[in-house]
Amino acid sequence: MSAENIALAKGINHGLRKAMENDPKVVVMGEDVGKLGGVFRVTDGLQKDFGEERVIDTPLAESGIVGTAIGLALRGYRPVVEIQFDGFVFPAVDQIITQLSKMHLRSLGTTQVPVVIRIPCGGGIGAVEHHSESPEVYFTHTAGLRVVACSNPGDAFTMIQQAISSPDPVIFFEPKRRYWDKAAVDLEAAPSSWTPLYDARVVTPGEHVTVLAWGPSVKTCMEAAAAAAEEGRSIEVIDLRSLNPLDIDTITASVNRTGRCVVVHEAPVFSGFGAELAARITERCFYRLEAPVLRVGGMSTPYPPSRLEDHYLPDLDRVLDAVDRTFGW
Amino acid sequence: MTIDSVRGAPGSGELADSELVQLLTPEGERVDHPDYPLDITAEEVRGLYRDLVTVRRIDLEAVALTRQGELGIWASLLGQEAAQIGSGRALTGNDMVFPTYREHAVAYCRNVEPLKLLGLFRGVNHGGWDPKEHGFHLYTIVIGSQTLHATGYAMGIQRDGVLGSDKAGATIAYFGDGATSQGDVNESFVFASVFNAPVVFFCQNNQWAISEPLEKQSRIPLYKRAQGFGFPGVRVDGNDVLACLAVTRKSLAHARDGQGPTLIEAYTYRMGAHTTTDDPTRYRLKAEEEAWKAKDPIERVKKYLVKEGEADQAFFDEVEAEAKKMATELRKACLALPDPEPLAIFEHAYAEPHPLLTEEQEQFAAYLASFEEEGTAR
Repeated sequence: MSAENIALAKGINHGLRKAMENDPKVVVMGEDVGKLGGVFRVTDGLQKDFGEERVIDTPLAESGIVGTAIGLALRGYRPVVEIQFDGFVFPAVDQIITQLSKMHLRSLGTTQVPVVIRIPCGGGIGAVEHHSESPEVYFTHTAGLRVVACSNPGDAFTMIQQAISSPDPVIFFEPKRRYWDKAAVDLEAAPSSWTPLYDARVVTPGEHVTVLAWGPSVKTCMEAAAAAAEEGRSIEVIDLRSLNPLDIDTITASVNRTGRCVVVHEAPVFSGFGAELAARITERCFYRLEAPVLRVGGMSTPYPPSRLEDHYLPDLDRVLDAVDRTFGW
Repeated sequence: MTIDSVRGAPGSGELADSELVQLLTPEGERVDHPDYPLDITAEEVRGLYRDLVTVRRIDLEAVALTRQGELGIWASLLGQEAAQIGSGRALTGNDMVFPTYREHAVAYCRNVEPLKLLGLFRGVNHGGWDPKEHGFHLYTIVIGSQTLHATGYAMGIQRDGVLGSDKAGATIAYFGDGATSQGDVNESFVFASVFNAPVVFFCQNNQWAISEPLEKQSRIPLYKRAQGFGFPGVRVDGNDVLACLAVTRKSLAHARDGQGPTLIEAYTYRMGAHTTTDDPTRYRLKAEEEAWKAKDPIERVKKYLVKEGEADQAFFDEVEAEAKKMATELRKACLALPDPEPLAIFEHAYAEPHPLLTEEQEQFAAYLASFEEEGTAR
């Protein structure tokens, strides 16, 4: 094993590089992805090595980026689009929802559009408005899309490559405040040893309560589990990794064992993805549940100014508060 | 320059005739244009005439089928036959078309069975043809979205390194006057321009976006917009099949040769309603329709052929009879189109199996089966 200690952003960078080496049809496109290497440097060095034809600095127009990516895919390319920030995906949402997600069905299966849309998401970096959002449900609600979120450098490296291989369009969420978190990643491991793209993973085994998270919240929940363990409470944390499709079997197995479940995400709780999880878990684990599935997330407000974001974002204490409440029912 | 000086005559979008490329007048006179010479045989003109009559007849049949409840809706191309046949016959096998939902005549040129178009409007599917097989992408209903797909596809042709070779192709994006207000169309102009992509933007200015006249979309003639984006724009008589053929042919050749995009504004008129659910009497005058009738795209070709002695009544009768026969067969085939099976809802939503859909499909199949058990088929 030749593990390297790399940051999450670098994991995606290595993954993109591998995908581009393995398939000449893979192209990277977006605003500032070329010489600059993207505002988060995720595409650093790719244009130097693969040229301007494959690492395309686009005009500043998100609908144009996704729309032309669809056209490139129809011509046989595999475009990987970078949306600079979560809050800037909205001009492209028309193309994503009305075109990208529906083209395979519209063509009765004759036409695939293997486009990957990378979206840095979530808060916690002290940014101005529109730079800290968690828009995952707009996409999980759209049939025809697959929606995944990486939470650590190892997954970042493998999941981006798996997403690029998918014949279906994939929305790929990247937790921007975790971009600089490092971990040892085996860059040479055989793809057959990688966790399948749509599998959830138990990242902290436990017995008393199941906590579900993805993307930036996974680390928060693992820290909460560690803190709870000191007080003798055993939390099982599951990193969902994929929101659509959803690995409901892994979730069900855990909740049937623990009888309690808390869902944690940064997006507002109302109509958030936690609602879907709560409903499905209730259907499948009704007689095993000791308490309702509780949700911890953002308030039902627009994302606040950054001086307030520590209150808005679920942190260790709010996660543990919800865990405690499942025992008080 | 004052604002007034860049505005066309209010309410008309009309320009001086000198700015309109025309090769065949409404009276059937053949005229030359220095930039768009066209060598065309009488046999080819008769072929274009046959195309025009056929697509008008197919369109008429589809309108009738809608009136009789056999189609949910139909977007008629009446009046726009020349724009579509002229541009459609300029295409070669390597080119790729990105249509709206009204390009029935271009579909005809690309050998898409008319029945497949009817299937969409009947609600059997959302578009049943293979775009690759025909070089004709699926109908796009959201206004203007396809112009970006055409541009991206053209960027792919560029990246394939085939421009200038005999494998070179170009894309052609169809859209209407209303679409020119859409962000996507303007973004496609930007992308096509800065990447010099091999795309022809073919705007059929039929004067009306449902009920809104052109002046609600633009203060300048549409073809002039190209200049602001940095590529050529040309206005062609959209009711002149020869001019549409010549201008599109030249623009496509230009694109295939690596010389970048062109905007063609085909100046035409939507003789019918926007769709079968629309009622133009609420927003436009009969006199306007009558004025455009005098510029009919088919009549002028007929006049030309008669005047030149290149076709006799027997020819016109034969074309008419053929078109009628095709329409009759189309009607029959349309009525015979089976409704899809209920479980077809789940087909093709994803290219790879999806566990949620598999589960829902099984549940729905069991639900449907429960009626059969009770002997009350749904």
